[in-house]
Amino acid sequence: MSTITGERGGQASSLSSMLTLPFRFLMGVLNAPMSFLQRRFGIGGMGAVFLAPNMLIFSVFVLIPVAINFAYSLTGGTAIFFDDRHFVGLGQYQTLLTCSDYTTPSTCLQDAFWQSVHNTAFFVIAQVTVLVLVSLGTALVLNREMRARGFWRGVFFFPVLLSPVVVGLIWKWILQRDGLLNAILMDFGFERTLWLAERSWAMFWAIFVSIWAHLGFYALILLAGLQAIPRDLYEAAMMDGTGRMRTFWRITLPLLWPNLLVVIILALIKAVQIFDEAFVLTGGGPGTSTMFITQYIYETGFAHVLRNLGLASAASILMGIVLVGLTALQLGVSNRRARKEAV
Amino acid sequence: MSHLVLRQVTKEYGAVRVLHCIDLEVGNGEFVVFVGPSGCGKSTLLRTIAGLERASSGEIRLDDRLVNDVSAADRGLAMVFQSYALYPHMSVRQNLAFGLENSRMPRDEIDRRVTEAAKMLLIEPLLNRKPRQLSGGQRQRVAIGRAIVRRPGIFLLDEPLSNLDAELRVVMRAELAALHKRLSATMIYVTHDQTEAMTLADRIVVLRDGRIEQVGTPLDLYNNPANRFVAGFIGSPRMNFIEAETIPIAGGVGVQVNGKQQRLPHLDLAPGSKIVLGIRPHSATVTEIDQGTIPLELTLVEQLGAETILHGKTDRGEIFTVSAPGQGRFSMGERIGIALPPEDLHVFNAEGQALPRG
Amino acid sequence: MSALSTFLLRRRGGTGWHWTDVLSYIWLALGLFLMFGPVLWLVVSSFKTPANLAEFPPTFMPLDAQVAQVQGYEQPLPLFRVTLDDGSEKILAQVRRVGIMAQMVDPENPGTVIRVPIDKRTPVRAVNLATENYAEPLQQFDFLRYFQNSIFVTVMATLITLVVNSMAAFALSKYEFKGRAAVLGIILATLMVPLSVIVVPLYLVVNSLNLFDTLWGVILPTVATPTGVFLLRQYMLTIPDELIDAARMDKASEWQIYWRIVLPLAAPALAVLAIFSVMWRWNDFLWPLIVLSRKEHYTLQVGLNAFSGELNVQWHFVLAMTVLSIVPVALIFLFLQRYITAGIANTGLK
Repeated sequence: MSTITGERGGQASSLSSMLTLPFRFLMGVLNAPMSFLQRRFGIGGMGAVFLAPNMLIFSVFVLIPVAINFAYSLTGGTAIFFDDRHFVGLGQYQTLLTCSDYTTPSTCLQDAFWQSVHNTAFFVIAQVTVLVLVSLGTALVLNREMRARGFWRGVFFFPVLLSPVVVGLIWKWILQRDGLLNAILMDFGFERTLWLAERSWAMFWAIFVSIWAHLGFYALILLAGLQAIPRDLYEAAMMDGTGRMRTFWRITLPLLWPNLLVVIILALIKAVQIFDEAFVLTGGGPGTSTMFITQYIYETGFAHVLRNLGLASAASILMGIVLVGLTALQLGVSNRRARKEAV
Repeated sequence: MSHLVLRQVTKEYGAVRVLHCIDLEVGNGEFVVFVGPSGCGKSTLLRTIAGLERASSGEIRLDDRLVNDVSAADRGLAMVFQSYALYPHMSVRQNLAFGLENSRMPRDEIDRRVTEAAKMLLIEPLLNRKPRQLSGGQRQRVAIGRAIVRRPGIFLLDEPLSNLDAELRVVMRAELAALHKRLSATMIYVTHDQTEAMTLADRIVVLRDGRIEQVGTPLDLYNNPANRFVAGFIGSPRMNFIEAETIPIAGGVGVQVNGKQQRLPHLDLAPGSKIVLGIRPHSATVTEIDQGTIPLELTLVEQLGAETILHGKTDRGEIFTVSAPGQGRFSMGERIGIALPPEDLHVFNAEGQALPRG
Repeated sequence: MSALSTFLLRRRGGTGWHWTDVLSYIWLALGLFLMFGPVLWLVVSSFKTPANLAEFPPTFMPLDAQVAQVQGYEQPLPLFRVTLDDGSEKILAQVRRVGIMAQMVDPENPGTVIRVPIDKRTPVRAVNLATENYAEPLQQFDFLRYFQNSIFVTVMATLITLVVNSMAAFALSKYEFKGRAAVLGIILATLMVPLSVIVVPLYLVVNSLNLFDTLWGVILPTVATPTGVFLLRQYMLTIPDELIDAARMDKASEWQIYWRIVLPLAAPALAVLAIFSVMWRWNDFLWPLIVLSRKEHYTLQVGLNAFSGELNVQWHFVLAMTVLSIVPVALIFLFLQRYITAGIANTGLK
C-alpha cells in the first residue's frame, strides 16, 4: 500500500524512496501488532504504548543506575556485586569530605579527590570566562556584513564536530617535545618548552584546547541571538547618532543577555564534566595537576587494580548534585525567557 | 446520507462544562448550520458528533445506532477542517486517497472515486501538486474533495470558509450550496458568521455558552427570534435595543421613550414592567427631528450607494443604527428623528426572552 | 588585486575605518590560522614517513629520500647531492657509510666507487605522500576492525534512537494521559546529567545484562536520549492537531498516524537528531572505554587512544588513523553544515 502511494507521489525522488524503503517495510510490519494494541487499549492508551520502548530503555540504563548509584555510595569493599558488599552508611562521603584544610588538598584523606576538585574549579572558572568572551567576540565578528559568511562560520565551528580524542591527539602532536610549536618558537629564539610536562603549562593547554574545541558551538548560539535582534533597532540608533560602543552596550548586550546567560550556564555544565580532551592530552599529568573530577571517578572505579566502586559512586553523586543544580538553573532561565517571549 | 439524533449530550473538561444537555435531530439530506460567537461550544459539539471528542453523558445516535463508543474512524463521517488539515507531505491525489486506502478499498475503486471527485471540484489538473503549491481556494476544494470521496453519512464542516478572503468566500459559499443539492448529502456546518448561516442553512442552530438558544429556519430566526441573544446575533446590521418601561396608553399598553409615547404590538403586559424593545435597522424609519420617537445624533454615516447606514447616539447614550434607502444627505453631528413602526417591534422581557406577539 | 583590496576594504555604510573593523579582520585571520592550522598540520604530518616525522625542526611538506636503482646493486640506493673536491655538485647514490666517509657511485657510471666525507653530501628529497601510513594500520593492526565496530555502533544506535525517541516524543506531544507531566519532568531533569555521573552503576547494569565487552553494551545505554525526545517533542508540538484529527477521520490507525503523518512531517527535526546522533556515537569515548575490554571490540576512538598511549607511540600510524576517523565527520559537515548550524541555533543542543 505504502509503496503504491510512494510511486504515485511522482515528486518524491527515487533516491529518498529507496533509502526509506527498509524503514517503511519495518513500519508496515509493526502495523499488525500496533493495531492489536490499539484494539486492546483504545486510542487513549496508545500514548503509553508509544512511550513504552523509550521509557523501558531509559529506566534500565538511566533511572535504575541513578538509584544503584545511591545504594553503592553507601557500601564499601572491592567486590563488584552488591550482595558481596558491606554497608558503610555515609562512610564513603565521610572519606571524601574529610579534610583539615579544604584549600590544601594534601591535608585531605582523599587528597586525589580534592586535588581534582581544585583542578576542576580552577578549570571551570578560567575556561568559562575566556570561552564566553571569545565566543561573544567571534559571534560579533561573524554577525558583521561580510562575504563568505558561511565559510567563516565553518572555520570557527568545525572543531565542535571532532571527537575529543582527535582534538587531544591533534594538540598532543603539536605540543610534544619536537612538535610544531617548539619548532616555531625556537625559530624565533625561544627556549624549548615541555608544554605538557610542566604543571602550569599543562593546565593552560587543557583550558586552551577545550576552548578551541567548543568555542564554535557557543559562538553559534550567540550568533543566533544577535541575528534575532531586529535591524530597525540599529537603524533607529544610527538615526539617533549613537556611537558604536554605546550601541553595543545599550542595545546589543541587553538584548543578547538571555542567550548569554544560557551560554554561560551550558558552558558551566560542560566544564564541570571535563574529561575526554584533557585525558587524551595530558592523561591527568604531570602528576595530578590536570586530573579532573570525572577522571578521578573513572580511575577510582575502573582503572585502579583495586576498584573502589563505593568511593567512585559517592564522588559521582556529589558531582551530580552540582550538575542537577546547574540544570535547574538553566531550565529556569530558559523558561523565564520563554515566558517573556510569550508575553 | 445519515440521520443524527443527539439526546441530552453534555461535554465536560474536568470541572468545566462546555456543552449543556444538547438535544438535536438532523434529518436525511438536511443542511444544518451551528452558529454562535467564539467559545460557544459549536466546534466542540461538531467534534463530539465526529467522535474526536467523547461525550461526557447523553446519547449520540446515527441512523438509530448508538455511537458514543464508536471511534471517529468507524462512524462513517467525514470532516472538513478550518485549517483544511491537508497532509502537507502528500500530493493532492494521495490526500484524497489516504482515507480510502486505510479502509482497504481496491485500487481501481479508489482511482475512480478520486477522479470523480476531482472532476466535480475542478481540481483534476492539481492532482499531482502538493498542498503548499495550491491557493487558498484550491486547498479548500481539496479538503472538500477528501470528504466527498469517502461518501460519508454526514459531512461535518468546521468553519471551512473562514480562511478565505471575502470575495472567494462568497463564491465558495455558492458552490457549497450547489454541492449539497447535487450530493443530497446530510451536512453539518459550523460558523461564527451569521451571513453564511443565513445563506446556506436549511435550519440554523444558535449556540451560546454550550447551550442551544434556538433552532429554526433562517427566516424563522430572523422574524421570530426566541430571545434577545438570537435577535442580536442574526441579521446585519445588528438589531437595536432600547430599554423601556410599560405604561398604560389609549387602547392597551405602550412605552414612554424620551417623553414620547410609543405604541406596542398587542401584548399581554401589565403596566410598569421593565422591557427591552428591539428594532432592526431596516425597520426603523428616519424622520424629521421633532416627528420621530427617538432623537438621534449621528456619529457615523456609511454611504453604501443603494442605502445609507446611519449610526448615532440617543440622548440616553444608547447606540442606534438605522438604514435609510438611497443616498440621503446626512452629516455627522446632525440630529435626526427615528420612528418605530409598532408591527416591526420585538419585545423582550427583563430576562431577554421574547414575548409572544398578540 | 584591486578586487581583493576592495573586498578587504569594503566598509559598512561606506564611511571611514573604525577600530572595530581592524579588530574584526585580525580576529578572522587569527581564527583561520588557529582553527585550521592544527588540522592542516595533522593532515600534512599524517603523510610523512617515520624518519621525516622524527626530524626537528619539522619540514612543512612530507618529504622522502629519493632512491635510484643502480646497475650491479640489488637494493635501490639513496641519492645524495654531493659537493665534490673540485667544487662541482653532482647527484650520487650511496652504497654504504663507513665512519665519517660514504662510499658512493654515480648512477650513470656505476663502475667506480667514490669516497665522500658525509658532511659534503645532503640527501636528495622530494615531496612524497607516505600512503603506507594509511594502508599498514588497516592491514596489520585492527584498525579496519575498529572502523567496522564504530560504523556498526553509530548506525544501529542512530536508528534505534530515531525510532524510539520519535515514538516517545509523539506520545508526549499528541496524547493526554496520566503521568505525562511526570515523564516530562524526569526527562527535563536528566537532560544534562551526563553519563559520567552514572558510569559506575551503568557498568553494573550492563554487566548483569551480559552486555559487558559487547557492542550492544555500547549502543543500548545511549539510545533513550532525553535530549532527542525533548527536541522531537518540541518540533511535534508545532504539527497541527487538526492533521491528526483529519487522519483519524480518514480511518488511519494510531500507528499509521505516527509513521505516515507525524514522522514525515517531523523529518527536519529527525534529520537534526540523526546528524547529532551520528556525531555523538562516532565520537563517544568514555563509555566505550569502560565497556569494551577486548581489542577486537574496540571502537575507533578507543583504538586510537590505546594506540597513542603505547610506550613507543607510532605517530605516523596514529596521525593517519586520526585523519581517517575525521573523514566521515568532515563529509557530514561539508554537506549538512546548514542543518547542523540551524539545529544548534534553534535547540541549543550538542
